[in-house]
Order: sequence, then C-alpha cells, then structure tokens
Amino acid sequence: MNALALKKGASKKSAYDLKNPLGDEVETHTLSVIVDNESGVLARVIGLFSGRGYNIDSLTVAETDHEGHLSRVTIVTTGTPAVIEQIKAQLDRMVPIHSVSDLTVDGPSVERELAMIKVSGKGDKRVEAMRLADIFRANVVDTTLTSFVFEITGTPEKIDAFVELMRPLGLTDLARTGVAALPRGL
Amino acid sequence: MTRQMTGAQIVVQALKDQGVDTVFGYPGGAVLPIYDEIFQQNEIRHIIVRHEQAATHAAEGYARSTGKPGVVLVTSGPGATNAVTGMTDALLDSIPMIVLTGQVPTFMIGNDAFQEADTIGITRPCTKHNWLVKDTNILAETIHQAFHVATTGRPGPVLVDIPKDVQFAMGDYTTKLKSKTSHYQPRIKGDIDSITKAVEMLEKAKRPIIYSGGGVINSGVGASQLLRELADATGAPITSTLMGLGAYPASGKNWLGMLGMHGTYEANMAMHDCDFMLCVGARFDDRITGRTDAFSPNSYKVHIDIDPSSINKIIHVDTPIIGDIGHVLEDMLKVWKSRGRKTNAAGIAKWQAKISEWKAVDCLKYQSSDTIIKPQYALQRLEVLTKGRDRYITTEVGQHQMWAAQYLTFEDPHRFMTSGGLGTMGYGTPASMGVQIAHPESLVVNVAGEASWLMNMQEMGTATQYNLQTKQFILNNERLGMVRQWQELLHGSRYSHSWSESLPDFVKLAEAFGAKGIRCSDPADLDDAIMEMLDHDGPVIFDCLVEKHENCYPMIPSGAAHNEMIMGDASTEGAITGKGGALV
Repeated sequence: MNALALKKGASKKSAYDLKNPLGDEVETHTLSVIVDNESGVLARVIGLFSGRGYNIDSLTVAETDHEGHLSRVTIVTTGTPAVIEQIKAQLDRMVPIHSVSDLTVDGPSVERELAMIKVSGKGDKRVEAMRLADIFRANVVDTTLTSFVFEITGTPEKIDAFVELMRPLGLTDLARTGVAALPRGL
Repeated sequence: MTRQMTGAQIVVQALKDQGVDTVFGYPGGAVLPIYDEIFQQNEIRHIIVRHEQAATHAAEGYARSTGKPGVVLVTSGPGATNAVTGMTDALLDSIPMIVLTGQVPTFMIGNDAFQEADTIGITRPCTKHNWLVKDTNILAETIHQAFHVATTGRPGPVLVDIPKDVQFAMGDYTTKLKSKTSHYQPRIKGDIDSITKAVEMLEKAKRPIIYSGGGVINSGVGASQLLRELADATGAPITSTLMGLGAYPASGKNWLGMLGMHGTYEANMAMHDCDFMLCVGARFDDRITGRTDAFSPNSYKVHIDIDPSSINKIIHVDTPIIGDIGHVLEDMLKVWKSRGRKTNAAGIAKWQAKISEWKAVDCLKYQSSDTIIKPQYALQRLEVLTKGRDRYITTEVGQHQMWAAQYLTFEDPHRFMTSGGLGTMGYGTPASMGVQIAHPESLVVNVAGEASWLMNMQEMGTATQYNLQTKQFILNNERLGMVRQWQELLHGSRYSHSWSESLPDFVKLAEAFGAKGIRCSDPADLDDAIMEMLDHDGPVIFDCLVEKHENCYPMIPSGAAHNEMIMGDASTEGAITGKGGALV
C-alpha cells in the first residue's frame, strides 16, 4: 500500500487556484451586450460580475430600440483570456441577453466617452485651462467668472490626459459617462 | 380567441396547460386567491408540506425521478425566503423547477408591507431567471415562458412572483401554443466537425475513459441508452459523478464506480492515467478534479455540454462540443460506425488489464465487526435486501451520502436523488416524499445521517398525512460524521460542535408522527430489522446505530491529485498539509 501513501506537500494547488491555460496576462476588453429593456436587467448583469468576482472598469446602458424593447450595455472589463471567455459565456446564457460581442477581438471598433469637468480658478490658470480645452476640442457648457464646466468627448485615454492636465489648474468636479462603442464598418 | 379570467384562475389554467399534475406548496396571505382556485378543481394535486424549503426539495425529488419539472407554490416574504435554499440547490444540480410566489399588491411594493420581501432581488442569483408580473394580461405568457426556460438548455429553477392584486384582477388567458416564442433557444445539435475530431481521437486512444455526469440524466432516458451503447461498443471504461450515477449500469462490464473525492481507486487512477477523456454532461467540479494542475495530465480531453459557460471554466479541454448530450452522442455513434467502428483494441486490452489491477486493490474494503454495525455494512445489507426491487434512493448530505454512492448500485437513471453541488443537509427527507408521490408503488429509501435528517424532520407529518411509504434509513453515529472526519484529519481531532448531545428517541419520534419506528444496534439483527422496514405498509424511521468514528474512504484530500488518495487502512497523519488545509 506504500504506493498509495500521500506524498508530503502534495497540496499546493487545488481547484481554487484556477490555472489559466491560455495565459496569465490581464487584458482589457470592451463588450457590447444587447439586452431586453426590462426591469432589473442591469441588476442581473451587475450581479453576475459581482457574484463571480469579475471586474467592471466602466459600464454604460441606455435603450437603443424602443420598438423592440432592447438596450445596449457597453462593459469595459479586465481579466485573463480565460476569465474574459467565461464572462462572455456567462453573459450569453442569461435569458434576457440577446447577444454578446467582444469589440476588442471581433474587429476594429470605435469607442467614445463623454466627460464633464469643472475647473475653478482665476488669472493665468483660468486662461491656461481655456487654452488647453481648445487644444482638446472641449466645449465650455457653463461658465462663471471663476469657473468653467468643460464637455469633452473622445477615447478614455484622451479624457484621462485632459483630466490630468486640468488637475493643477483647479479641477473641482468630474463626471464621466463610461464608454459607448460600436464596431466599424457594416 | 382569448379567454378572460382572474389572475388566480390563469395560474391554475397555465399549470394544467403545461401538464402539471402535482404542486408542492404552503399557503399564506399573498397566495390565497390561487389556493382558492386550487380548492375548486381536481386535476392538479397539491401536496401541503410543513416548511417551504421542503416544498422545493420535494419538487426536486419529483423532478429528478420523473424528468418532468417540479412545481412549487409559496407565499410572499418568509415563504419565498424559505424557498431560497431549494432553488439554489436546483440551480447547482440543474434541476428544472418552477417556483410561484405570492407578493404583496403592486401598490404596496416598496412600502415594507407585511410579509413583503424583494423576492426578485433575493432570488436573482439563485434562479436561471425570474419574473415579477405586474399585469394580469401577461401572466399566462410569463408562466409558459417560465416552463420553457426551466426545461430548455441546461435545466434549472425559475421563479414567477405574482402580486396579490394581479391574482384578483381579470385578464386575458394565452394558451401555451399562442404564447410568443422565446429568443431563449440554446443550441441542441453539436458541431459535426468537432464530433468527428472527437471520434478520430477515440479511435486511436490506447487508454480511453468516459467521465459522465448529471447532464446525461437530464438529457433523457435516450441519452443514457446511447451512453451505454458507446461505452460497450468501444470498450471504453466509464466512471461517473455523483449526479450521473445510474446513466451507465453499475453491473455493466465497463463500470469503474464513482470518481472524485470519495470515488473508487480504479476510477480516479484511470482518470489520472488515461490518454483520452470523454466528459459527457459533467462540469469538472472541484470534488471531481482535486488539484487542477495535476488533473489527468496526459489526456486529450473532449467535453460535451449544453452550457457553453461550462467549457474551459476549470479544466482546459481540447475539443469542446456544445449541444444536448442525446443529440451529440447519437451523432458521435453515427460517425464512429460510418468510419468502420475502429478502436485501438490492443491498447484497450492492456488498459483493461491495468484497470483490473487497480480493481484488485478493493478500495471499498473496510474493517468489519460482529459487535457494532459498520455504516458500510448497513448499506451493503440494504443493497442486498432491496436488489431487484423497483427502488429509488435519496440521501441527505455527509458521510452516509458518499457511502450510499459507493455501496449501493444504480442500474437506471432517475433512481438516485442527492444534493450534489450545494450539499444541502435536510434535502433527503422532503426529496424522498417528492419521489414517493411521483412513484406511489415504488420503494423509496432516504439514506440519512441523524444530523441531516433532523434538519427537515417535520416532513414526517407530510409522510403520514399522505401515507407516503418512504423509509427513512438513518445511519446514526451521533455525530456530524463528515465534519468530524475533517476535524480528525485537519484540526487535530478537536471535535468542535460536531456531535449532538440530546438526540431524540427516533422510535418514539416516529410514533409521535404516526409512523413506525425501528431501532437496530446489533449486526446480527440487521437483516430482520431491514426486512421489517421494507414490509411495513407506511412510513418508517429506521434508527440504525452505527460505529461512531468511522471514516469515509478512499479520499482525495483537498488540494491533492487523483493518484494521491488516502485509503482506508493507510495512515492519515499529515495527509492534508499547507494550502490544502484552507480548502473545503
């Protein structure tokens, strides 16, 4: 029976240390999900992510087909390739979900986000903020003598860059919509 | 033509339309209109349980033993929350179940009304899908849709929450046929190229194994037939999960017994050493795989599953086939036959010889005793004395459950009902009631431990009310046996709260419920006592006093690989070390 005896230190790994066969690099993917526009559908999607420990970097949702009662949810998520595959499979089997597409791998796509940024200040800082806003093609949607609210649209990276520039110039408030995305072409 | 009726009438009519003959439930304020309709008809039989959790487990027992969905009717608030455990159990074991809950009237939702709970919110993660119906006109369609979702694809529990005013209001009844088709249509047919690839690999395999699971049973009796044909025709040895027992007969020539944490030596060794694995309707659960990076390291893996999210979730497979087991196996057999029924006969003969060596280890051997009943012995005698009968087995959860899987044999699907994924103590008693209601003439035995059994013992009231013949076969070790075993192996034999100090007198308890009680503590009396149980016309509680500190072996400790089993007579000192100790 010696051959059956347990080797010392045999328990380093288990099913709880899921080894990822496809690679351990964490990737960011943008998923576009068409759902029935019914009460609680967003809670289902979010509950799946929280319940199974997946990440949500950003999430946008709005009705896109009033007649068909459909909404588009755009989710930016990060995970290893195996986790991304699981997220897609788990979403796809949910009853109110019509389709799941991974814009990151399905071909070229366009991604845009809108942000509103409030900057308070006087003098040179105020002039500099205005000048940079011009470079980034941000619009002024509200102004007082000591503040601006800028509206900027672009990729999340562009918005990140603009926000970082505004911080030393008196950024006081920030609202971002999260990413909306569509595949390019037909 | 649509018919106008009240919401409550719509519920009962929709159930009839769906062919429902039995509903398990418990009334309360928010479902009284539906109960009033149930009172006024005779087509649907309502079984009144003693606790809503039991209604769900009884429905699971009914569903698993018949292949039809189980139906549950409970009230709002506590009625719904008590049903949560059963729904979660059904979700993890893929059991089709429709739960209808009452809800406070729509105009009171959100007001913290009496017996109000956010049933939809609470049950969202423990159902396949759920619906709150606020309009009587869509009630019938929603119920039909609920049946469709529960029974299509990977089966599971669904819930329809019906506010009381919706039950009273008049609305249009939509028949099952007239209901609009759902976009929820999971894939049934497997991809033929993948199937052909799987057949090619099977033909070449020197050391093939079939690893089957509950999906085969869920796919229908035909799937089990095809599985038997495939295993017997190709000579591939076959093992099964706890959920899949009975799909391939235990008397079949290629049968290896159950695999996994308490599986047989031959099944686990064959899983580890095989070069081709055909996983049919199983999901590489952690009780099965053990340490994942040492799981069957040298095999080509094919995984057939109806649920795409099961593929590559835990174990990366080489060829996934998404589809219904029955359809895929049928195509697989067709392809294999059309290619000339090839197998690697020489390789398989060697493989069979190796397996015979493993079988000779006799891993289920245990120290027998003349003075005290060993739990394994009790089950062996139960097996011998009930063999050949029209028999259904349910179990609770723990050591007795594993021993039942090891020492009882299952020749057909739908004969073994047990809580696999969730491991719900208290499952077996109500499940046995559900099975008995579906099969009134059959022998239904609930193999239990006394601790699990006490969790839903109130259901003895249901048993006597309906004269359900179920035999409650309690292996009483006055311990939470599996907890105690783990404490012995992992926690220095410090038996923290794993025993019961004041157990009831089960014989008197049986009598108090109007059932028969039998106690047995001497191995010499066991056969007579079991026969007395089987011969009694009515429910029986059998208090079988067994060895208190028996351990369940073989065992793959948490964090170990398939070829690192602890056997019954091996030393267990230091068996679970390091990280494995943190696992469950």
